[in-house]
Amino acid sequence: MYNQTEILKDTSELGAEGELVINMGPQHPATHGVLHLVVTLNGETIKKIEPHLGYIHRSIEKMCESLTYRQFIYVTSRMDYLSSHINNLGCALLVEKGMQIEVPDRAKVIRVILSELTRIASHELWLGAMAMDLGAFTPFFYAFREREMITEIMEDTCGARLTMNYIVPGGLMYDLHPDFQKKVKAFVKQFKAKVTEYEDLVTNNIIFQSRTKGVGILSAEDAISFGCTGPVARASGVSCDIRKIYPYEVYDKVSFNEILDTAGDSFARYMVRVKEMNESIHIIEQLIDNIPDGDFVGKTKNVLKLPKGEFYTRVETARGEFGVFVVSEGGTTPHRIKFRSPGFSNLSALNHMAVGSKIGDLMATMGTLDLVIPDIDR
Amino acid sequence: MYSLEGITKSIQDWLFLKFDPTLALAIECVIVILLAISLFAILGLVLVLMERKVAAHIQIRLGPNRVGPGGMFQTVADTLKLIMKEGLTPDNADKFLFNLAPFVVMMVGMLLLAPIAFAKNFQIWDINIGVLYISSVSSLSVIGILMAGWASNNKYSLLGAMRSGAQIVSYELSAGFAVLTIVVFTGSLQISEIVASQQTGWWLFKGHIPALISFVLYIIAVTAETNRAPFDLAEAESELTAGFHTEYSGMRFALFFLAEYINIFIVCAIGATLFLGGWMPLHIGQWESFNHIMDYIPSSVWFMGKTFFLIFLIMWFRWTFPRLRVDQLLNLEWKYLLPISLFNLLLATVIAIFGWHF
Repeated sequence: MYNQTEILKDTSELGAEGELVINMGPQHPATHGVLHLVVTLNGETIKKIEPHLGYIHRSIEKMCESLTYRQFIYVTSRMDYLSSHINNLGCALLVEKGMQIEVPDRAKVIRVILSELTRIASHELWLGAMAMDLGAFTPFFYAFREREMITEIMEDTCGARLTMNYIVPGGLMYDLHPDFQKKVKAFVKQFKAKVTEYEDLVTNNIIFQSRTKGVGILSAEDAISFGCTGPVARASGVSCDIRKIYPYEVYDKVSFNEILDTAGDSFARYMVRVKEMNESIHIIEQLIDNIPDGDFVGKTKNVLKLPKGEFYTRVETARGEFGVFVVSEGGTTPHRIKFRSPGFSNLSALNHMAVGSKIGDLMATMGTLDLVIPDIDR
Repeated sequence: MYSLEGITKSIQDWLFLKFDPTLALAIECVIVILLAISLFAILGLVLVLMERKVAAHIQIRLGPNRVGPGGMFQTVADTLKLIMKEGLTPDNADKFLFNLAPFVVMMVGMLLLAPIAFAKNFQIWDINIGVLYISSVSSLSVIGILMAGWASNNKYSLLGAMRSGAQIVSYELSAGFAVLTIVVFTGSLQISEIVASQQTGWWLFKGHIPALISFVLYIIAVTAETNRAPFDLAEAESELTAGFHTEYSGMRFALFFLAEYINIFIVCAIGATLFLGGWMPLHIGQWESFNHIMDYIPSSVWFMGKTFFLIFLIMWFRWTFPRLRVDQLLNLEWKYLLPISLFNLLLATVIAIFGWHF
């Protein structure tokens, strides 16, 4: 048994005279999970941040190697649990690509609608959690009011609110709930009416702006060299939306904008996500009345076997690029599997972004990175 | 006008009739202490429930609604839980200071209660330097917080305490200057005289622009002084877990918690006394009948109404604004609030000298 002061002794040799080393996490209100940051401080100023990972490592990649191509999809719901639908989609796309399975149009459209709903739900949760990191509690409840409608739609459609597990290779597990279109339209209407409340409460708030503008700046070059993707990179001006660059499903048939900002600070990342929610609503509006009739799942063999070779697919989750890499030996299970999770790369930029700023800025920066720890640790 | 004056006066007369003056004074002291403690307990229960209900309504939810009608006894249940909880003292803490700190913070609240006029002639101690007494005693609470942060032997606590030290010492200045504006108008430091000077109208309305500015400054400064959001950097739970009281549990934590609400009550009571006329009813110029009706409302109701209005205002801030950063907090004080309050005091003095106020 050793107490906290002894743990600190291990790291204190890193710190010089006048430096304070504090362990933020694994239990800390702002790390949103079991992230452990060893922060070296000089007074209130941050000198160094060292993320320690592994507190929620479940070796998902190794687990997947003993699961069949139908089964391994559902383990990925437990990685980035806020974009579980999109993770599932990425894995299903890989199997479909490897085995050249035809997916019916109906399934494709439904997958995209649900992906966008997932993205909105994730961004809503991020908005609330981010405001809470900055000390404002109320936006959390406003964001969850809209998010609740999405989780209800998900519950009707998939039977689950968080880990959807709705996608099978070749299509969907079962058909839509009869109320689906009605409920999604009600949500779109409500969201459009209520999104101005976020503007009033958060975006236009002078304290919020002064807390986030010019904080945690990440240049486009750094964003690329750290491998940042998603809203974090787009706020620095890096065009990296997989939905635009390598369109999958029906993303090439709908019109939407890739939101880019050049400031690269926390406020830019905030604005990119808020605008992305509106773009997602725009995509849903185009598709919700045009769900084609037909089968919801294509014809597949009972036992799926990927041909021998290496396969990679990528999808755009709420956090950035999610990649699946599978090495197949031709069997029913993957020989080797590797997930490229967006959170891991985004976290690696944290030290670069936060050094030299205050502890309060660390929260503003970490909040806009939108870290989901099970996604980083896997 | 109904007042508590009669009750207090008859009790005092009876005591002095029955006992010799020294003993009567001693008995009065005991009564006052008991009353103060029970006021603390009631205020704690009411304000915590009020905070939760206000927060709930701002956050589109219901708030406590299970224990008792409308959740009325929720805070009673919470208090019972806190009393039963074990109060841990960390191994490497400075045990004496660690255990003393909550009582220091609490004691400051109790001392501040003395000069407040709760109703007409219902005041514990009408000291002739009332406002000065309040400003000086309220600065003491920072000692308790620093003590707690230092003695906990926790880095978060220490950071929270240092922030709190910097914050309270700075904002004390603005609060002091805002109070001085009214002192300049009134020409007295005594609370009863300040209230009496607002017979014809509250200073907020009588004092022209300087009173209005100093009222705003006062509200901002006391929000910071009581460590409330958006200035709650000392406890900033997303940054420092719970700041200076991270290591406290059970009843010692409850004392810090209670002290926060008592402090809010006291600063709002002082704000109501200085700017909103204390227990004085609202009078509008020549509207005789209106003024007469207003007189029928008891003075204690006026006082509590004004105080709770200000408390509501401060709660409203907490549930609306994000937290400031530590350097922004100090910039706000030293670069904006302090120069404004100095200039405002000058303006108020000019107005007072020439007698331009109503």
